[in-house]
Amino acid sequence: MSNFPWLTVSGAIPLVGTLAVCLTPGRSAPGSDADRRSRDLLVKRIALVFTLITLGVTIAMAVAFKPGGPRFQFTQVYQWIPQFGVHYAVGADGIALVLILMTTVLMPVVILASWNDAEGSASPAGEAPPKRSVKTYFALLLVLETMMIGVFAATDVFLFYVFFEAMLIPMYFMIGSYGVGQRQYAAVKFLLYSLLGGLLMLVAVIALYVISAQSAVLHHQGSFLFTDLSRVVLDPTAQKWLFLGFFVAFAIKAPLWPFHTWLPDAATAAQPGAAVLLVGVLDKVGTFGMIRYCLDLFPSASHYFTPLVIALAVIGILYAAIVAIGQADLKRLIAYTSVSHFGLITLGIFAMTSQGQVGATLYMVNHGFATGALFLIAGFMIARRRSQQIADYGGVQKVAPVLAGLFLIAGLAGLAMPGLSTFVSEFLVLIGTFTRYEVAAALATVGIILAAIYILWMYQRTMTGPVREDVAAMPDLRARELWAVGPLIALVIVLGVYPKPVIDMINPAVHKTLVQAHSTDPVPPHPATVVLDTAAAHKNGSKP
Amino acid sequence: MTGSLAAIAPTIPAPQIQYGQLSPMLLVFGAAIAGVLVEAFSPRPLRRTLHLAITLGSLAGAFILTVFLAGSSSLFGGGRAGNVAAVGAVAIDRPTLFIQGTILVLAFISVLLIAESSHEVSAFAAQAAAVPGSAEEREGLLAGISHTEVYPLTLFAIGGMLLFPAANDLLTMFVALEVLSLPLYLLCGLARRRRLLSQEAAMKYFLLGSFSSAFFLFGVAMLYGFSDSVSLSKIAIAAGGNTQSSVLLYAGIALLGVGLLFKIGAVPFQAWKPDVYQGAPTPVTALMASCTLVSAFGAVLRVFYVAFGQLTWDWRPMMWGIAILTMLGGSIIAITQTDVKRLLAYSSIAQAGYILTGVVAASTAGLSSSMFYLAAYGLAAVGAFAVVTLIRDQSGEAGHLSRWAGLGKRSPLVAGIFAFFLIAFAGIPLTSGFTGKFAVFQAAIAGGALPLVIVGVVSSAILAFPYVRVIVLMFFSEPVLDGPAVVRPSAFTSVAVGIGLLATLVLGVAPEPLLRLAHEAAAQLFVR
Repeated sequence: MSNFPWLTVSGAIPLVGTLAVCLTPGRSAPGSDADRRSRDLLVKRIALVFTLITLGVTIAMAVAFKPGGPRFQFTQVYQWIPQFGVHYAVGADGIALVLILMTTVLMPVVILASWNDAEGSASPAGEAPPKRSVKTYFALLLVLETMMIGVFAATDVFLFYVFFEAMLIPMYFMIGSYGVGQRQYAAVKFLLYSLLGGLLMLVAVIALYVISAQSAVLHHQGSFLFTDLSRVVLDPTAQKWLFLGFFVAFAIKAPLWPFHTWLPDAATAAQPGAAVLLVGVLDKVGTFGMIRYCLDLFPSASHYFTPLVIALAVIGILYAAIVAIGQADLKRLIAYTSVSHFGLITLGIFAMTSQGQVGATLYMVNHGFATGALFLIAGFMIARRRSQQIADYGGVQKVAPVLAGLFLIAGLAGLAMPGLSTFVSEFLVLIGTFTRYEVAAALATVGIILAAIYILWMYQRTMTGPVREDVAAMPDLRARELWAVGPLIALVIVLGVYPKPVIDMINPAVHKTLVQAHSTDPVPPHPATVVLDTAAAHKNGSKP
Repeated sequence: MTGSLAAIAPTIPAPQIQYGQLSPMLLVFGAAIAGVLVEAFSPRPLRRTLHLAITLGSLAGAFILTVFLAGSSSLFGGGRAGNVAAVGAVAIDRPTLFIQGTILVLAFISVLLIAESSHEVSAFAAQAAAVPGSAEEREGLLAGISHTEVYPLTLFAIGGMLLFPAANDLLTMFVALEVLSLPLYLLCGLARRRRLLSQEAAMKYFLLGSFSSAFFLFGVAMLYGFSDSVSLSKIAIAAGGNTQSSVLLYAGIALLGVGLLFKIGAVPFQAWKPDVYQGAPTPVTALMASCTLVSAFGAVLRVFYVAFGQLTWDWRPMMWGIAILTMLGGSIIAITQTDVKRLLAYSSIAQAGYILTGVVAASTAGLSSSMFYLAAYGLAAVGAFAVVTLIRDQSGEAGHLSRWAGLGKRSPLVAGIFAFFLIAFAGIPLTSGFTGKFAVFQAAIAGGALPLVIVGVVSSAILAFPYVRVIVLMFFSEPVLDGPAVVRPSAFTSVAVGIGLLATLVLGVAPEPLLRLAHEAAAQLFVR
């Protein structure tokens, strides 16, 4: 089974699912309302089954993964467009693998949770529900899953770019067609922002290719293969420009302050399920890109820009946390907490220490589960009360205790409560940062205090206090909803207590990234090692 | 006495014409003349069928001949780059054949649109001579007749388009320019609906086209003064030596450039494009947006690569300026458009700018990427205009974008196809637009035009906005009351849309065969 094309298969299953969904009779097919409902149900079941199969395949793949083996495993390389040196090349290192796993875990959860989102519901003003195609929504979800797996699995920069850009289209339609509130504005803003970043990256991608075609290392054969490109030695000036081209695209995607303004709009307008994928997976492509492409391909430029990136990350952590405190809209608040968390992830990546990067990668996974759960439970609540305003809730824990309890756990994960998964990652990021940038780490720690304020205050305003009239009849979570968020909450707890399996997978990959980026962990200044340490630092050309 | 005179006078050698190598063009011109005869002698009910058979048959035949020529050993045997036929007037080389093949395919699809007759009798006026609004016009409409002259006119235009990029001397090129332009001026004025707008478009196109032809001719005169020849290769030789005054040369390049760039619709010579695209019958717009663009770019490539190939450093700054203006101008003005055909016109202007970045590279990569882009864009453009012909209300095509609101809810398939074309124009991966853009930008960066590419991507980002707005309008907005309906297309339009759609997808996912073809076609550049 060692040659089994795991990545291709796991990416292809959702695509087959998309086709299956497309082949079911559509809205215009004859039949009564009951027929239509049963057809919609069929579509949802197909989507659920296909995402579950994908999950099974990726779990099997994770079992087959050897952490001590070569950096990229399950590799496949085929020529795609030889004129451009483009390959269909996939492969997973530990970082990509855990992110793919996270994606495939989130997918069935999101499908279960957004079971009734696509139809749309009557607005509070009493207007009829908009007529929307359930089939299209689930087809978009499935095709998005293929692209999300592809973007993490690609080991050809061109292929990565293709998925990176193509991913925007299904998400654009999911926000624009199925969203709420200012969905059109949010969708257009999301698309244009990402497109601009992507196009700047395109220039860098092409320039990288042109430089690779001039390089003697590759015998003057231009290539987009990651493994080829990482052997090309770039001169420092070119590195800086190329780094900026890639980094701006990733910073918009991640989103890093000050490129974040599209995210709160998009996440507020999207359905909760779509918002989970947007914040939980699509944005991770940004941070994943930083660690995989920026650090590996442009090591010296990464060091050069580190102070700037660290500064942006710290500003982002604090700014977004403060702004989150002031939000009146539930989904908007959660979106801002994510911006703050992405600041922490970026901080961990650019601290250039193994703890920092392991922590950052772990954080990407944990954030997906924790924030995913938070978004989904908030979504369940919004679906009941039909309002996203925090002020419209109060005393929910008395009428819906299970909902409130799970919301609390997800919220506590958001503020990195010890015992929950996010604590481990946040702690690692802060330690990893502190060994090199004390001030940045100290400031980032303030972000945790702010996190306690925005989470707990939100919980207090919505869940505690006297029961408001309009939430008095709010039913508690149904079985479907429990099945959706239950696994996420369980993962948050399990990974909080026992994160070792994930860390074991990430560790070798991070180590190799650091070697490629010419970075070593700073050694504590013990008298006996000071001389050695400076010598080593000098040799590696890194600034302590 | 007479005998001695004959001895003194130089004998005029009979020109050697390689009919075989010119056969695609000869076939199209011959078919056009046959079309005129049909128009004159055949009874009215038969005409359309006959015309269709002649037109489509000759285009298909010419395409087969082109493919045959591309494999012919007399042209390319022994590593030769091609042949200069008809006493130096026409160059038959691989780029020519690639461009001609592209034009023929695109023309075939455009003719399918011209032939569409299921929504109304045709897209063309019943009697062009009848004054709009007159009793005569009403009679013609009631009688249900339409101009079948469009078929021979189209064939003449296509013949001119085939010759234009193949012309190896400037006079032949000028003749080709006129042969392709004059029928187009007429075709633009023949719309069945909104005839005043159509006639206005024809008038504008004619006037501005005449000006640009005059510029072209003036440039030819200058270059003749400089090099004593109108042949591209002789101009190149003269330009290589530096004995003559270069004032004539530079003035010639500039004036010739104006004439050629006008046909492309590069800024600042773009003013005609939106008006003409909007006013002309949509099938004719499709023909212009695809075939004319390809043909004009073929001529630009040949003139600047062959005649001025050694002066790259001299014309490059000019082309840089034009390309930047074209990319930014086209995309910025596109934002404010409210008519779908005008929007596509500005989009076409911006796309011409992207292709110019490939032209600027002045390398085999520049040539092959430009040719690939032309083919990819042409196919998508024909498809997009074909969709436009389907969305109609009582007054004909519903061009105003506000009428398109909610179209995606009523006709998801047609709106989805149109959205796909828009996404391709925006250059999103997995569509032909992305592959094309990637190819020209790569050639440009390899040629040292990085700033041009940065402007290009900024312009792409700007241009995405109007496209996205149309998608928002179609899919995310509520339908307008009594909005336009999507008519059920006949086989003609369906085939046109289908080919465009399929090509746009295939060239995005598996572009390798066409890229290889363009690459091979460009490997030896042009024959001199």
